[in-house]
Amino acid sequence: MYRYDEFDETLVRERVREFRGQVARRLSGELSEEEFKPLRLMNGLYLQLHAYMLRVAIPYGTLSSRQMRQLAHIARIYDKGYGHFTTRQNIQFNWPALIDVPDILDDLADVEMHAIQTSGNCIRNITSDPYAGAIAGEVDDPRVWSEVIRQWSSLHPEFSFLPRKFKIAVTASDQDRAAIRVHDIGLRLHRNGSGDRGFEVLVGGGLGRTPYVAETVREFLPERRLLSYLEAIMRVYNRLGRRDNKYKARIKILVADDVGDFRRQVEEEWGKSDKDRLDAPLDEVLRIRRFFAPPKFEKPGDASVLLAKARTVDAEFDRFVATNTLEHRQPGYAIVNISLKPIGLPPGDISADQMDAVADLAERYSFDELRATHEQNLCLPHVRKDDLFAVWRALDEAGLATANIGLVSDIIACPGLDYCDLANARSIPIATRIAERFADPASAADIGELKIKISGCINACGHHHVGHIGILGVDKKGEEFYQIMLGGSAAADASLGAITGRGFSSSEVVDAVDRLIGFYKANRGEGERFLDAYRRLGADPFKEVLYGDIAHH
Amino acid sequence: MAILRITDSGVLLDERPKGEEIALAEWRAGVRPEAGRFELFIPNTEDAEALAEIVKRFDAVILEFPDFKDGRAYTQARVLRERLHFTGELRARGQVLCDQALFMARAGFDAFEIGGGDAEGFAKAIGAYSFFYQPAADSARPIHALRAEKRAAA
Ligand code: SF4
Repeated sequence: MYRYDEFDETLVRERVREFRGQVARRLSGELSEEEFKPLRLMNGLYLQLHAYMLRVAIPYGTLSSRQMRQLAHIARIYDKGYGHFTTRQNIQFNWPALIDVPDILDDLADVEMHAIQTSGNCIRNITSDPYAGAIAGEVDDPRVWSEVIRQWSSLHPEFSFLPRKFKIAVTASDQDRAAIRVHDIGLRLHRNGSGDRGFEVLVGGGLGRTPYVAETVREFLPERRLLSYLEAIMRVYNRLGRRDNKYKARIKILVADDVGDFRRQVEEEWGKSDKDRLDAPLDEVLRIRRFFAPPKFEKPGDASVLLAKARTVDAEFDRFVATNTLEHRQPGYAIVNISLKPIGLPPGDISADQMDAVADLAERYSFDELRATHEQNLCLPHVRKDDLFAVWRALDEAGLATANIGLVSDIIACPGLDYCDLANARSIPIATRIAERFADPASAADIGELKIKISGCINACGHHHVGHIGILGVDKKGEEFYQIMLGGSAAADASLGAITGRGFSSSEVVDAVDRLIGFYKANRGEGERFLDAYRRLGADPFKEVLYGDIAHH
Repeated sequence: MAILRITDSGVLLDERPKGEEIALAEWRAGVRPEAGRFELFIPNTEDAEALAEIVKRFDAVILEFPDFKDGRAYTQARVLRERLHFTGELRARGQVLCDQALFMARAGFDAFEIGGGDAEGFAKAIGAYSFFYQPAADSARPIHALRAEKRAAA
C-alpha cells in the first residue's frame, strides 16, 4: 500500500494546523457558524440533525491494520464507540465534539490519513475496485492511478470551488465493481488493439434527482496522459457548469445537454494544454507503482484440503465460503468479504472492538491489508484458503460472520431521517426490517443475488436508482412513504430503475418487497437472477404483483 | 479599497489601484483609454482565452468572485498566466477571503481587494503550506519534481 513520505506528511500536518486555528476562531466566537461552515466543510465536518459528523477519507478503500486500529481508537475516545462505512469507501463518525476535531485529525495524520475534500464542491475521495490487486482479470492495479489522481486533486487551486461536488472512480477490469458509470468521471483501464494500456473515459454519470448513466467521452486515453485530460474535463466543467441552480450543477447536466459538444470542448482544451507539464512524470508513477507491488504470496496448491474438510463438517462455514469469499488471482488464496449488514442492525455500522478484531485478522492473515467496499462492507483481500476456517471463526466471535454478501439482506441504505436533516423518511429501519424478513440463510441463498438500495430522499445517497430493487423515501402529508423502483444496476450492465407506481406506507413496504420476491421465485428461469428475470419479463407483471392485489381488495 | 499585493519584498497593503479602470463591456463599446496605466475588469462568465489581444494592452486585469463559492475566476487566472502569459497585475475582487487566498495566489493572482480584511491573516494563509502536489500558475515546483530532485541528490 501507499506510504507517505515527508512531503505527503507535511501537507497533511499543515492542513491540520490550519484547521486547528480555524476551530479556535470559531470557538472564541471570532468566526460565526456561517463563516465557519465553508472551512469545516473543506475538512469533512458536517453539521447534522443532532451533532457534528466527521467524514474521513479512505483513499480507494485501502486500509492497513494500523489505520483500522486508529479508527477504532477515534471511535472509542471521541465518538460513541462505533463508526459508519459509507457507499464511497469513507468512514463517518457521527458524534464528535467540535473542540476535539483537530485532535482527531492529528490522530488520523499519525497513521497517514485525513478528511481533506470529503465534502464541499471539490474533487472528492477517489474510489476504486475493492478487490484491486486481488481479483483475476485486471490489466493493472487501479490504485496506482487512483493515488496519482488523489495527489493531483488534493488542494487543487483551480478545482476546489466547482459548481458542485465531483466524484471520480477507477477500475482496471471489465467487471465494474466501482460503479464507474454513476460517477462524474469513471475511468476504465484496459488495453487497446495494439496492447497499450489506456483509459476509457466516461463522464456525466450520477444519481441524485436526475440520474444519468455516464457517456463515453473518449474510448482510449494513453495512461500517461491521464492528468492533463482530467484537467481539461475539469476546466470545461468549471467554466461552463451551471451555477444558478444547485440541482442542475453537476457535470451530468452539461454532458446530457449535448455530449458531442462537451466532447469537442474537452478535446479542444486538451489539445491546447501543456501536457508534459501537467501529466505525472513516469518516474513518479513508477515510485507510486512500487507501493502496490503484489504481496509475497506463498505458493500453495489451489485446492486446500483443510478448507474442503472444514466445509463438509460445518454447514455454516460452508455457506460463508459460498457467499462471502471469491476466487483470488493467486491460486491457493481467497478474497474474504466481511458483511457489515448483520440482520437487524444499521448497514455499514461497526463497533470499535470489531474494528480491532478486523485489524488483527488483516495483520495475521491478509498481508496487513483491508478494503472498504462501496456496498458498505469490508474485505480481507488476500487470505490463504488454508486459513479461511480460522478467519471465519474469529469473524464469528466478533459478530462479523454474516453470510449475506450480494444477497437480499446485504442492503445499502443512507443514514435517512435517523441522522440526516434533508431526509423525508427513515432508511435504516426499512433495511433492518427487510433483512429480518429474509433472515433465514437458506431462503436468502435460494433467492440469490439481489441488490436492494434505500435512500431517505431524492438526493439518492443510498443509490436507489441502481438497486435491483430501489426504495425511495418520500413525504406524503407528513407521513413517511416509500416508492419502489425496479431494474437498476450499478455494475458493468448499468441501468436506472423505473418507478413502479404509488408509494407504500412504512407498514406496507416490506410486504411489497416480499411479493416481488415471491413472484420472481415462481417465475425465474434456471439460475436467473432477480434483475435478469425483471429484464426478461418486463415491468408489467411486477407492477401487477405490487398493485394488483390491492386493487382487488 | 485596500489592496493586498504579493511583491518580491513580501505581502504589502496599499490603497492605490494601478491606474484607470475599464470594464470589458466598455472596451467592446469602443471606449479607449487616453494615456497612462490601465486596468481591465473581466466578468467571470468570459472565456479568458478569447481576450488575448485585449489583455495585452493592460497593466492590470481584475477578475471577480461574486461569491467565494463561484470559482470560475480561478480558471480565467490560470489561462491568463499560463496560456496567454499575461505578466501584469492580476487582482481578485468580490468576496475575497483569506481562506481562499492561497488558491488564488497559486492560480496566478498577485493582488487582492480585501476591503477591511485582515492583511496579516492573508499573509499567513498564503504561506500556510510548504509544498503542493500539482503545477499551477505560481512558481512552486510540484512535489513530484522535489522528490525527483531528492532522489538525484541521494
Ligand atoms: S439520500 Fe437524502 S436522506 Fe439519505 S443521506 Fe442523502 S440527503 Fe440524507
